[in-house]
Amino acid sequence: MIQENLLAWLTRSIQFGTVIMYGSLGEILTEKSGNLNLGVPGIMYLGAFAGFASVFTYEKNHPNPSAVVCVLLGMVFAFLAAALGGLIYSFLTITLRANQNVTGLALTTFGTGVANFMCTFMFPGVYAKAGFANAAFKTKIPFLSDRLGIVGQIFFSYDLLVYLAIVTAILMHLYISKTRSGLNLRAVGENPATADAAGVNVTRHKYLATVIGAGVSGMGGLYYVVTYNDGIWATTDEIAALGWLAVALVIFTTWRPLNAIWGAYLFGTLYWLYNFLPKLLGATNTERTASLYQMLPYLVTIVVLVAVSLRRRRESQPPASLGLPYFREDR
Amino acid sequence: MTAPEVRKTHAEPLFRIARRNAVSVKTKIVTRAAAILLALVIDAFFIVLVTKLNPFAVYARIFAASFSAPMLFMQLLRDLTSLLCIGVALAPAFRMRFWNIGAEGQVLMGGFATAMCMIFLGDRIPTSALFLVMIVTSILAGAVWGFIPAFFKANWNTNETLFTLMMNYVAIQIVAYAVNIMRGERASVGSINKAGWFPNIFGYNFTLNIFIVAALTVAMYIYLKYTKHGYEIAVVGESERTAKYAGINVKKVTIRTMLISGALCGLCGLILVAGDKHTIATNTAGGNGFTAIIVAWLAKFNTIYMTLISFLLVFLEKGAREIASTYGLNEYIAGIISGIILFFILGSEFFLQYRLIFRHRAEHAEKGGADK
Repeated sequence: MIQENLLAWLTRSIQFGTVIMYGSLGEILTEKSGNLNLGVPGIMYLGAFAGFASVFTYEKNHPNPSAVVCVLLGMVFAFLAAALGGLIYSFLTITLRANQNVTGLALTTFGTGVANFMCTFMFPGVYAKAGFANAAFKTKIPFLSDRLGIVGQIFFSYDLLVYLAIVTAILMHLYISKTRSGLNLRAVGENPATADAAGVNVTRHKYLATVIGAGVSGMGGLYYVVTYNDGIWATTDEIAALGWLAVALVIFTTWRPLNAIWGAYLFGTLYWLYNFLPKLLGATNTERTASLYQMLPYLVTIVVLVAVSLRRRRESQPPASLGLPYFREDR
Repeated sequence: MTAPEVRKTHAEPLFRIARRNAVSVKTKIVTRAAAILLALVIDAFFIVLVTKLNPFAVYARIFAASFSAPMLFMQLLRDLTSLLCIGVALAPAFRMRFWNIGAEGQVLMGGFATAMCMIFLGDRIPTSALFLVMIVTSILAGAVWGFIPAFFKANWNTNETLFTLMMNYVAIQIVAYAVNIMRGERASVGSINKAGWFPNIFGYNFTLNIFIVAALTVAMYIYLKYTKHGYEIAVVGESERTAKYAGINVKKVTIRTMLISGALCGLCGLILVAGDKHTIATNTAGGNGFTAIIVAWLAKFNTIYMTLISFLLVFLEKGAREIASTYGLNEYIAGIISGIILFFILGSEFFLQYRLIFRHRAEHAEKGGADK
């Protein structure tokens, strides 16, 4: 019983963590280029909508849907729609030098509106559940998940997108800290004028990092709908709340992709504490006590935040030019 | 100036960008009006696409939603004040470049304090005393919620963006917990006893809200523009080092400004609960804490501009809700319409600050000697 609950808690935490890990990995890449994109909740909504709409349409109109096509379709559309949101943001802030904060918040308004409006508009009156896609996205690793006992259950019993998130984090870490292009990107985020003088194409780096970053964030939205929410489109505010948590996680990780892996799972564990801890303790879980448990992840985040700031490490600072527009002639 | 021989080979890009000096008020108004008009055209395309209706008829409905009856116009003013009030409260914090994205929580705590006073003191003490207690506790609650992150920011440079965001969720859970206890078997707390409601003036019980927020808007304009405090806030916002060099106590200014910002957010909670909703729930602030950030930034912290932007946003929101209910659409259409308008307003700022100099036009200018 205890083991069952612990395993269920772990699964839930990892699924929750995967949603915000994608969100914050995309935002880390964006912020490394000096762009502070507060549109993450809107971008995740866009990814969720496009991913869901594509797989739902596919399985409704296809007599024998294929799992591979379904998964690929969802991922491609989620990435593209979210990247498009990133492109709007990039055009306004990089080319037109609009204020990054307002543009991001406007993108959140816009993305939330588009996703929630279009889903009801495209699928009116249906209880929109993409059952086939849910099953397809939830496919586990065939051999490792069921033959290795408890080890298999802990490490190998998740779906593709969970592992893809970890791989993305590692690749992003390698890109940012080990490649020349990644070094250039960091230079752009720290001091665009110097990077420009050294011959780095500032505009191109900012555009690419922001658009690809948005695409990665959008995968979090896709994962939320097809797996975390069991393939059901629901116009709840939860995606927005998770989007804000993803932004928070970026600061928590001190802009390091590898920290996002454990940070996201930690957020997930704390978030689901309200459901599983009372069960493990054998206590009755009422709605009242649930609110108190649900306060814990935020309190813990605050405590960690304060503890980190007390240590005052130079490495845990944001990119120096974060949030500032760059105009070559202004130097 | 680029060398002439370079220009002959056309190595110069098609156009280049230069900063404008001063822009006349007329250009400002024309550019912004053009941006809004263009956005409305794009919105119209979208509306026609989804409703297949005459866009002029749809815009007429949007307009009618706020102006066809005095009651509707007053409701527009009520919603405008709810948004503007938070924008005004956030202005000093953001002017100081303090990332107070915790308005949602500060407003909620103010509203929560108000509701608690109304529920537990409503029929025990005289009305005037009740109002006094409501005002004091709501301001205190908001100020405390603003003070905590400011204290850590001032002393240890703790990241305020994340801190204030987390404080929102803590506030939401506190309210959820209290509401769960108070409502018993009911679905919500419901309408709270009338003792603490704002008086009915001119036939509306939210008239007082409008006066309070109008006074706050003017006061904040003066505070930021003409007082020593306002100047200190501006200097700290521009550069902390300059502020220190000029002998400004950055710590003190940070904490003081956030106390003011939080206190005003608490006051917003008071007018929301006592002058409008008459109940408390986790969504009492209703996302306005985030929208108000857009309002404050877009107006560059000028509270008079904030009034105009709040008006535009609330007007569109009400209009979008109206067409949503008339044509059986989802209310989220409001987000799309105002999102597009915001994108265009943001983009239009570029043309006020910079000008494009095209290659051939630059050559002409060179001959005429105008572009020196």
